[in-house]
Amino acid sequence: MQAILPYLINGISVGGQYALIAIGYTLVYGILRLINFAHGDVFMVAGLVMVYATAAMPFYLALPLVLAVTVLLGFAIERAAYKPLRSAPRMSVMISAIGVSYLIQNLAFYITGGVPQPVVNPIPWISGNIMVLGASTKRVTLVTPILTILLVAGLVYLINHTKIGMAMRAAAKDFETAQLMGIKINAVISMTFVIGSFLAAVGAMLYFTNYPSVAITSGGMPGLKAFVAAVFGGIGSIPGAVVGAFIIGLCEEVIKGLGYTTFSDAFTFALLIVVLCVKPTGLFGEKVTDKV
Amino acid sequence: MTNSKQRQKLILMAAVLVVLLAASMAVDAALPSYHIAIKVIKKATVYALVAVSMNLLNGFTGLFSLGQAGFMLLGAFSYGVLTIPVAKRPGVYQYFDGGAIQFSLPEIFSGFLGDTVGSTVGMLLALLVGGLLAALMAWLIGLPVLRLKSDYLAIATLGFAEILRAFFQWNALGPVTNGSNLLKNYPDFTHATSYIILAGLLVAVIVLLINSTYGRAFKAIRDDEVAAEAMGINLAKHKRMAFIISSFFAGVGGGMLAMYNGTIAAASFKSTMTYEILLIVVIGGIGSISGSVIASFLYIFSSEWLLRGLDSGKFLGINAPGLFKNGFRMAVFSVIIMVIVLFFRRGLMGDRELPDLLDRKPKRRKEAAGK
Amino acid sequence: MSENILRIENATMQFGGVVAVDNLNLEINQGEIVALIGPNGAGKTTAFNVVTGVYQPTNGAVWFCGEKIIENHPQGKMKKLYKGQHDGEYQHVLAPTPDRITKLGMARTFQNIRLWKSQTVFDNVLIAKHCRTTSNVFSATFRLNRKEEAAQRAEVEELLEIVGLSDVRGELATSLPYGKQRRLEIARALAAEPKLLLLDEPAAGMNPQETDELTAFIAEIRDRFRLTVFLIEHHMNLVMDISDRIYVLDFGELIAQGTPAEIQNNQRVIDAYLGVAEDA
Repeated sequence: MQAILPYLINGISVGGQYALIAIGYTLVYGILRLINFAHGDVFMVAGLVMVYATAAMPFYLALPLVLAVTVLLGFAIERAAYKPLRSAPRMSVMISAIGVSYLIQNLAFYITGGVPQPVVNPIPWISGNIMVLGASTKRVTLVTPILTILLVAGLVYLINHTKIGMAMRAAAKDFETAQLMGIKINAVISMTFVIGSFLAAVGAMLYFTNYPSVAITSGGMPGLKAFVAAVFGGIGSIPGAVVGAFIIGLCEEVIKGLGYTTFSDAFTFALLIVVLCVKPTGLFGEKVTDKV
Repeated sequence: MTNSKQRQKLILMAAVLVVLLAASMAVDAALPSYHIAIKVIKKATVYALVAVSMNLLNGFTGLFSLGQAGFMLLGAFSYGVLTIPVAKRPGVYQYFDGGAIQFSLPEIFSGFLGDTVGSTVGMLLALLVGGLLAALMAWLIGLPVLRLKSDYLAIATLGFAEILRAFFQWNALGPVTNGSNLLKNYPDFTHATSYIILAGLLVAVIVLLINSTYGRAFKAIRDDEVAAEAMGINLAKHKRMAFIISSFFAGVGGGMLAMYNGTIAAASFKSTMTYEILLIVVIGGIGSISGSVIASFLYIFSSEWLLRGLDSGKFLGINAPGLFKNGFRMAVFSVIIMVIVLFFRRGLMGDRELPDLLDRKPKRRKEAAGK
Repeated sequence: MSENILRIENATMQFGGVVAVDNLNLEINQGEIVALIGPNGAGKTTAFNVVTGVYQPTNGAVWFCGEKIIENHPQGKMKKLYKGQHDGEYQHVLAPTPDRITKLGMARTFQNIRLWKSQTVFDNVLIAKHCRTTSNVFSATFRLNRKEEAAQRAEVEELLEIVGLSDVRGELATSLPYGKQRRLEIARALAAEPKLLLLDEPAAGMNPQETDELTAFIAEIRDRFRLTVFLIEHHMNLVMDISDRIYVLDFGELIAQGTPAEIQNNQRVIDAYLGVAEDA
């Protein structure tokens, strides 16, 4: 138990970070039925901005800037790359998402010169070490799950008890009818991207404090895993995404703890394929049938 | 439409092929094999084959699969593992006691067919094995995965490719795959023409398939799955068939890419590679074979040669090292791709083929004549 | 028994708690034209989907040419939810996919036209011949099946001639006017060489003249291809003109059956269509 404990603590922390990304996927998929392949890259950009911003200004100015830039990026992506394709086949939108991901990575490569940017203690207090049940870990490991739960609670409140939340639920249920009922669908969609990007930015700040550097490909894997978490939990469902993310984070760290680091990524995808084949709707998803 | 029109189209295609072949032979004769022109032709040919194989699935059958890199990885490793000369194995597999496999197909066939013919046969055979292995894998994962709908299929195949990549980097398989170390020192075709002939023949097979009764069934599935099933087309069987065939060609293409690169590392077969190929298909036009081929050549030619200057300080005589630094080329590229994706959704060719350009009315097709 | 080509036996189709088709029993004899009518939402298309394998019935069986092709009984959570009759009577599960049923000799058209959009008229019909192809993918790719291919093409030519679409064979299917698209769908179904043709509202959206032409056309192809026709239709002129027998569904239940004359005078049918006063 003592040997596996650090991994469990880490797992919960990583799970929290995945959860913050996964919500972005699940919200967007819920409304647009689109896998936003660029979301992982938005996450990466947030990490990069954090590196640059914390180097240039004190962290209490840098962190809001990271949030603002990321939210703006998410909003801009939706307006530029997805909105023009609203009536196009789903495949076109998915290709556009892949194109955006490719674009962001290449732009980031150009800006960073392809060199991973070192992360040097961006948020002072949070990187400090503490002892948990006899194991030494960074404060961020404890902060992450708590912050995640708080943010998710806030989001659930927003969705269930505010007007924009109601509009989002309506749009997720039936896009066209929601539009006919006078819901400003574009505003709702922009809102989901804003929320998704905001949470991804928070996730990125927590995630990258644990890593030595941010590379242009750093967003890919956590992005895909968060998506798997969203599918696992039942795409479109926020609690599902959170639960899925924690499960995946835990499993992954335990696998690393057992010495199979090579397969920690592969496991996630194997889980995905199994879930899709056995219960494509995930843990909390709803079933939809096609009409003939 | 008349038979003479048909004949015109055939003549056009034949002329294009002859010119291409003659050009590549001339290039081969005039330039040394390390020249950039030869490199570009080789790489573009390989990409053309892989793009067409992806188009068969994504464009003609309507299955949005993102597993291409995984199947290419299988083909690449099969090729490397089967063709590294025995004498060089201890050097390549230095961490694994020279590896578990102690034969090389080109060497075996050189034994009784002579050096040139024998090694060519051995190399082709190794490519074939790679293709078959990819097809076998497609058959295995096709069972569960192909039941999934559009985007779920995409993410599942993407995940599958990642799993494969992890397996090939696993140390326990090191005696065969060399773990996370490079495979190298295997033979390559010297001439660009060899690439063109090989890839050309394979693409021709795909064209024949697409215009056969099975190809028509694929297109029916793409256009309307429910109607296709109601008209007696077994969805599971035909999707699986398209998946297996596409993977076979991706496997061979992966082998050829390995050949061209000179080294094989599992780490390079990332999802980015699949994305790149997908974007080539989109540029060429989803559902157009000639579009994929043309786009591959355009893409490789400009990225490897024409736009090199964008990365190295000088472009079109403008000297601006601050702007034209490493990575600018790909940034420009991705912007162009986004413009195509957003504003020219049909790509270069839409769903038409090169010979169709002879038709005045784009709506009318070859099949219009019925015969 | 050997006389009827299609027999639906105690078929119930329930979606969750909603019973769309309730204990349907229906027989169609060789060479007949049988219509299935009823108000909107009566479960007619659902019945078609059950017969053609798109839906698996919750309970009951379907026989085709003397063979049982579909059978099911409530399973899983449907066991509790099942509200229909004949529970426990069926023990086996037979659930062929639609393509297998088509190969057995049934072909259908769709209420909302489902042609292959990017294909020409000719190819739309030719693709339907695919299910009768005997060559494998290898011989088809390398053109070792020239004979079969040529024969299929000739048959398609002939078929287009019969349905009067030869002149537009090179057009994209979706560029045809509506009435011709409906005709093309029938031609496509015929290309699959069915014994039983199922038409789902073939006259939907047609004007009276087109409807009359269609009526004659259905009768003509029935005779020419020795077909049995099972159709869903709202145009009563068409139904009364060509049907040998009529079945009437309302709220998933069979409320009447008989010859056109009998149906026209059936009080329950009139009530179903026109509604009944509350106290009646």
